[in-house]
Amino acid sequence: MSTENTIEHKIDKADLDGKQEYTITVYAENRIGLLNRIAIIFSKRKINIESLNTSPSEIDGIHRFNIVIHEGYEVVRKLARQIEKQIEVLKVYFNTNEEIIWQELALYKVSTDEIAEKVTVERLLRQYGASAVVIRKDYTVFAVTGHREETDALVKALEPYELIEFVRSARVAIIKDSAGFHEKLKEFEAFEPGEELVENEFLEKGQKIFTM
Amino acid sequence: METAQDTIQQNEAKAETSKTLFKGTGSQVLLNGLIEEGVTTIFGYPGGAIMPIYDALYDYADKLEHILVRHEQGGIHAAQGFARASGEVGVVFATSGPGATNLVTGLADAQIDSTPLVCITGQVFAHLLGTDAFQETDVINITTPVTKWNYQVTDAKEIQEVLAKAFYIAKSGRPGPVLIDITKNAQLQLEEFPEYVKCNHIRSYRPKPKVRIEYIEQAAELINSAKKPFVLFGQGVILGSAEEEFKAFINKTGIPAAWTIMGEGAIPTSHPLNVGMLGMHGNYGPNVLTNEADVIIAIGMRFDDRVTGRLDKYAKQARVVHLDIDPAEIDKNVKAEVGVWGDCKETLPLLTNLVNENKHEDWLAKFRQYNQEEIDQVITPELYPTGDEMTMGEVLRNINEICGGDAVIVTDVGQHQMVACRYAKFNNTRSNITSGGLGTMGFGLPAAIGAKYGAPDKTVIAIIGDGGFQMTPQELGTIMQFGAAVKILILNNRFLGMVRQWQQLFHDKRYSFVNITSPDFVALAKSYYIEASKVDERANLRQALETMINHEGSYLLEVMVGRENNVFPMVPQGMSVSEIRLK
Ligand SMILES: Cc1ncc(C[n+]2csc(CCOP(=O)(O)OP(=O)(O)O)c2C)c(N)n1
Repeated sequence: MSTENTIEHKIDKADLDGKQEYTITVYAENRIGLLNRIAIIFSKRKINIESLNTSPSEIDGIHRFNIVIHEGYEVVRKLARQIEKQIEVLKVYFNTNEEIIWQELALYKVSTDEIAEKVTVERLLRQYGASAVVIRKDYTVFAVTGHREETDALVKALEPYELIEFVRSARVAIIKDSAGFHEKLKEFEAFEPGEELVENEFLEKGQKIFTM
Repeated sequence: METAQDTIQQNEAKAETSKTLFKGTGSQVLLNGLIEEGVTTIFGYPGGAIMPIYDALYDYADKLEHILVRHEQGGIHAAQGFARASGEVGVVFATSGPGATNLVTGLADAQIDSTPLVCITGQVFAHLLGTDAFQETDVINITTPVTKWNYQVTDAKEIQEVLAKAFYIAKSGRPGPVLIDITKNAQLQLEEFPEYVKCNHIRSYRPKPKVRIEYIEQAAELINSAKKPFVLFGQGVILGSAEEEFKAFINKTGIPAAWTIMGEGAIPTSHPLNVGMLGMHGNYGPNVLTNEADVIIAIGMRFDDRVTGRLDKYAKQARVVHLDIDPAEIDKNVKAEVGVWGDCKETLPLLTNLVNENKHEDWLAKFRQYNQEEIDQVITPELYPTGDEMTMGEVLRNINEICGGDAVIVTDVGQHQMVACRYAKFNNTRSNITSGGLGTMGFGLPAAIGAKYGAPDKTVIAIIGDGGFQMTPQELGTIMQFGAAVKILILNNRFLGMVRQWQQLFHDKRYSFVNITSPDFVALAKSYYIEASKVDERANLRQALETMINHEGSYLLEVMVGRENNVFPMVPQGMSVSEIRLK
């Protein structure tokens, strides 16, 4: 093995220790091109995005991004700062899985004949809390929401019975901590022009839910 | 209670009440906006997709001076030079497609060196977007990674607000380049426009954080407890116009201060606490002693790898205080014990109030001692060479003697850049203009042209290598046509010197394609009607430099210097700053 490989291997191992899933929540103005600006922050550092969801938020004009990556704390913190630096980004939060409630939606297309014939399939579906979205002569589409392990388990279970097609959505997540973004937004909008005011909160390392 | 929605509606109501003042095209309202923003000089190059703006410009000749460059890269570097010398926003016009893509190098350079620019590019008609129309390129996506902000205007009604935002974003907080791409239909569109309103607030943008006093207190405590404190300062001091505040801080604390090349000139070279340059080709003492300091106070600098060398061996013993306006810089490369997030114009006086007066004489003496070693082994032989070959160092010594530290010195990239930054003396801020973060060859000549417009009363000297000069020589045409009195000093070693030095030291002297030939630079300059001469003997050097500097207009002087001189000291790549080599 070349020295290069050895070094790479070591680095990988060191990183692995601290790596886990982080969900980055970005509140931003709804602006064309912003997605690209945010994506570049990841691609420039050769960091893979596991899941990305972007949609309007409950606040008019403000979009919410949920980005899931598997990385170490330091890397995520630096990424979050770079994202928040973008002009149109209002606020960035990043959280571990313990700090959020999240869901993914999965759709499964299976042959209707198969289901009709094999009762076990029906039982499987009930077991996984699936609901039928469409039932046609040729196929049926089921939907399941849940964590990755749950939606994956149903894939495994359906595979023997002609799973025709399968699709899964990105993660959507809500932060458990109750102090939401709304208060923050009011602050942002209330400022009189010129009087910029924001606390140095990224330095508050003791905070329960880390914000920056 | 007031909701967010209420506030928005109120703002909208305000906008409606402002009176309609102007009926005209998008192009006209753009130029009016530039005037409102205080712009007087624009660097640019026309083309099909920006023709309506140029057409409008025809009528604005008395208010807006447009400098027609010879290449858009020259235009944007000139705007950078202008911005760096003047402290104002540099403005560039370019057409769509190739015009816009020629701006990319300058945008990247301005982005990494935090230079405020507003670039206006023309774009094809909105209805043609995405059809691969003639000279259509996706300028927004191409420039996204190299701009602080960019925006495509497809409707003239957007122009005023977007322009106001662009100026606000370019110059506030950590400055940077902004690009506005305007489709041709928007440039031509006839509208009634309200009064131009400058922007001073964007709800999602916090350029100036509120300074938190507890971090200042922690910083002061750390500084007061230090036995061997060391200040590293960068361009942040200059960008924040905090030169005086900075001086007050080091004067009171007596802490030795060293600069990054972007911070050079923030305090005079002769200041007793100025201990020199940091980094790869910096001074011996500041580099070695970085690994001895107990408290490092980093001010408006970003711990670039050219400054830190090997990070895992960088100042491990030191407790770090980092003052920066950009929160993303704190802890990015070097972990700070106390991060003071804010504009150093505000944070420094607060800090100065809380720190003790001190002298640190023994500690300072260590810098002097290393400095003496460097003077004996490197500086004296460079500045007063005894061999036949002229050195870049002695050229700089002569310039210092003639100009007394008052010139604006613009450099290109390579050995001459390092020598110029090491040896040039500066009395004034905004006098050292160089491509620090990107290291862009071809920067020197056009940036010097821009610097002359930005500081018309100063002597502007461009110091450029024979290689770098050949990257943007066409800008001699701009000088010829518009008369910027730039002094161009080519230090010709007939090599791509810096690369050759590395090949010599780290690649067994395998000189792979660094041997570069040059045209007759004097004849070239003369063909542009620019006075020029060449020196190849020391006996004529001083006189030639005086002739160049005292000449009324622009002047090109080529000096033949030693072929294989190296720039030392040097922290070789991958080494720690304390392993800096004197030879
Ligand atoms: C656009 C660009 N291309 C390549 C380089 C790599 N480079 C850095 S220094 C250098 C040599 C510069 O040679 P010259 O302009 O003659 O100056 P000298 O080092 O001899 O003073 C080169 C090729 C660069 N910095 N910029």
